[in-house]
Amino acid sequence: MDETVTISIMGKKHKVPASLTIMRAMEYAGYKLLRGCGCRGGFCGACATVYRLPGDYKLKVALACQETVKDGMYITQIPAYPSIKQTYDITKLRPEAQTILYYYPTTYRCVSCNTCTKSCPQDIDVMGYVQAVLRGNITEAANLSFDCVMCGLCATRCPAEIPQFLVGILSRRLYGKYIAPKALHTRERIAEIKAGKYDQPLEKIMKMDTAALKKLYEERKIEK
Amino acid sequence: MYPESMRNLIKIVEKSREERLKQPMMPSFSVEEKKNLLSKFHPDFKSEKMRQLLVGPNKEEKTPHEVADLIEAYSLVNPMKYKAGKPAYSVDVLVIGGGGAGVAAALMANEAGAQVLLSTKLRLGDANTTMAQGGIQAADRPEDSPVIHYLDVIGGGSFTNIPELVRALVMDGPEVIGWLEDLGMMFDKDAQGNMIEIHGGGTSIKRMHSARDYTGGEIMKTLRDEFLNRRIPYIEFSPAIELFTDGEKCTGALLYNLETSELIPVQAKCTILATGGSGRLHIQGFPTTNHYGATADGLVIGYRAGVPFLFMDTIQYHPTGAAYPEQILGQLVTEKVRGLGAHLVNIEGKRFVRELETRDAVSAAIIRECTERNKGVVTPSGQPAVWLDSPVIDLLNGEGTVKKQLPAMWRQYIRFGIDMAKEPILTYPTQHYQNGGLKIDEFGRTPLKGLYAAGEVSGGIHGRNRLMGNSLLDILVFGRRAGRKAAEEAKTLEFGELGLNHIKKFHKELKDAGIKQERYSPMILPDYRPEHLRQRTAPIIP
Repeated sequence: MDETVTISIMGKKHKVPASLTIMRAMEYAGYKLLRGCGCRGGFCGACATVYRLPGDYKLKVALACQETVKDGMYITQIPAYPSIKQTYDITKLRPEAQTILYYYPTTYRCVSCNTCTKSCPQDIDVMGYVQAVLRGNITEAANLSFDCVMCGLCATRCPAEIPQFLVGILSRRLYGKYIAPKALHTRERIAEIKAGKYDQPLEKIMKMDTAALKKLYEERKIEK
Repeated sequence: MYPESMRNLIKIVEKSREERLKQPMMPSFSVEEKKNLLSKFHPDFKSEKMRQLLVGPNKEEKTPHEVADLIEAYSLVNPMKYKAGKPAYSVDVLVIGGGGAGVAAALMANEAGAQVLLSTKLRLGDANTTMAQGGIQAADRPEDSPVIHYLDVIGGGSFTNIPELVRALVMDGPEVIGWLEDLGMMFDKDAQGNMIEIHGGGTSIKRMHSARDYTGGEIMKTLRDEFLNRRIPYIEFSPAIELFTDGEKCTGALLYNLETSELIPVQAKCTILATGGSGRLHIQGFPTTNHYGATADGLVIGYRAGVPFLFMDTIQYHPTGAAYPEQILGQLVTEKVRGLGAHLVNIEGKRFVRELETRDAVSAAIIRECTERNKGVVTPSGQPAVWLDSPVIDLLNGEGTVKKQLPAMWRQYIRFGIDMAKEPILTYPTQHYQNGGLKIDEFGRTPLKGLYAAGEVSGGIHGRNRLMGNSLLDILVFGRRAGRKAAEEAKTLEFGELGLNHIKKFHKELKDAGIKQERYSPMILPDYRPEHLRQRTAPIIP
C-alpha cells in the first residue's frame, strides 16, 4: 500500500491511503455512501464536511470530494441542515432588501462575526453578501454569493441563525429577474420564431439529403 | 503542486507560448478526415468493447458491455411474488428524476394544472445539470438563426440526428433562455443586457450563453428554488426501480426508499423518465465527469417496458477531463476553457488539433497524440495526458479573466496548489455523456403510451455526438415539452392497473436467451468500496 494516514470517521478510526480525498477515503474504509455524496465534483454541496486536525482547536470545513485526507483528521458530515426555506412567488416581489429581510428576518441579527465566511468551503465572502443585503445592495449580494453551492455550512455555524445560502439565492433571483438589464435580442428572436419566420427555411433544410447537408455544413461560415 | 519532473515539462510549454499565440487556429477537419480519425482512435470504434444484445427491442444491436450487462439482467423485484396493492400515491403526472429535465417537466405540468409528484434517487437537484459548467446554446443573436443552429447540431452529430427533435431543440432555444431570465437566473451579460456569447466546439456562430462556469449549477439552483416555491410534492432518496404497465400503457412506477428499504408503488396517468445518463458505468474503464447517480436506471427500466433506444453504441468522451492531480482524475475541465482560447499542447509544446472541433474529434486527436504519435505527457501515476495551456486565456482576454470567468475551474485547481491562470493543466478524455437513449418524439413521448422521457435518458436529438451547450438546452426544451404534453394527456387517460407482466415477459426472454439469473439491475448507485471489503459485505438491496 502507498503511504497511509489514520483518520477518524464520526469517531471511528480507519487507516487509509494518504492520496485520497475524504470521500474516497470513506469509501476505501468500506462505506457505501448514500447521504453526503452527490456530484463528486465540487458543484452540488451534498458532501459538506467539518473536521478537526490534531493539536488544533479550530473547526475546519471542506467538500469531501475536493479535499485530501490528512493524518489525524477527525471527520463528521452534515448532509442536511434544518434551515427553513421560505416560499414566495418571484413574480410578485419587489427587488428591495426589505423583501429579503421580510422572508429571512434573522438577517437583521448579523453581528459581523465572520464565522460564515470562515465556514465556507467555496471561500465565498458570505458575511460580505449578508452585509450587502443590510445595506440594500442586492446587486452586490447577488454577485458575491454567485459561486454558492448551497451546502449550508454557513448556516450551521451562524450564531444569529441566518440561513445565508437562502438569502443568497433570493438575492440572485431578484437581481436576475428585476435588476439586471434584459436581453432584448432574445425577446426579439422569440417573437420572430412565434411569427413563423423560420418555419419554411427549417422545413427546407430538414428535407435535404445527407450529401447536400454535408456540403452546406462544410461551407458554412465560421464566425471569428 | 507539480513535482519537479513536471515543472521541467511546463518550461517547454511556456517557451512555445509566445509563438503559438501568433499562430492562427488550426484548420477544421473535413467530414472525411474526421471520419477517418474517429474510426481509428475514438473509443466507440473498438468493436471488442461492445456486444450484441440478446434480448429486448434492440436485440442484435451493439452496445458497450457495461450497458449490456445492465440490460441483460434481472429485475430487483420478483414479478411472480410482488403485488403492488393499493398505491401509495395516485397522481396525474409522475416525474422520475430531480435534475434539470425532471424539475422543468414538473414545473410545466404543475403550471398546466396537473397534480404532480416528483421522485429522485438522491436529493432534489443532485444531477449532472448541476455540474454542467460551460454554457447553454440558443440562437438568439441577430447574426444567428435556428437554421444555422440546426446545421451545427446535425453536422456535429455526423448527420444521424432525428430532424424533428433537432427542430424542437433549436426552435425552443431562445424561449428557454427567456424563461430562465424571467425566473431570475443570472446570465453573463454586458452593461446593456446583451448576452455575452462565445464559441463552443462545433459552433459556427457564437451562441454559448453562460453563468461564469457555474451555468448548470445556476440553472439548477434557480429551478429548484422555483420548484420549492410552488410546493410541488417530491420524494428524495427514492429511485424508481421498475415501471408499471397494464398491457397497453405505462401506469406508474415502483419506487424504492433507499433509507428505509420501503417499496412505494405510485400510480400515475402519465410518467416522465428524467433519470439522466450513465457515466458511472465507467464504460471501457474511463473515469467520468458524471454525478454519483448516473447509472442508466431509466434506460434499463424503460427498455424492459418495451421502449427501444437509439444510438446506444455511442458515448461521448469529453476531451478534457482532469488527468492530474489524481484526486480529481476524470473531473470536468469545461470546454469554456478552450472557448476562451486555451491551447491543447503536446509534450513538445506544439498544438495538434483545432481546439474547438467537435468533442468526438478532439478526444480522438488527444488519444492519437498519446498513442500512435507518442507525444503525450505521462503523469507520476502513469496517466497519459496532454497540456491544456490555460495561461493563454489571460494573455488573450486580459489579466484576471480566468478567475472571473472560470471561478469553479480555478478553485478546483488551486485547492491542489495549481494556479491555472499561470500554469498549464493536464487533461485526457473522460466519459461525459450518453449520446443515445430511449426513443422519443418531439413532445418527449416514448412509443409506450403514458410514458415520456426527457434529457440524457432519451436519444436521437444529438445523433452520434452532442455539441457543448446543447445538453443544458435539451433537458429544458424536452423537459418542458414533456411536462406540458403529459399534463394534457393525463386529462384523457384513466388510472391503470399496477402490473408487472412486462417484467415476467422480459425475464422469460432472458431465460430463453440462456442468461443466468446472476445480474440484477438497475444499478442505482456504483460501489466504490475496495474489492476485498465488498466480498465480505452483505448486499444492501435484497
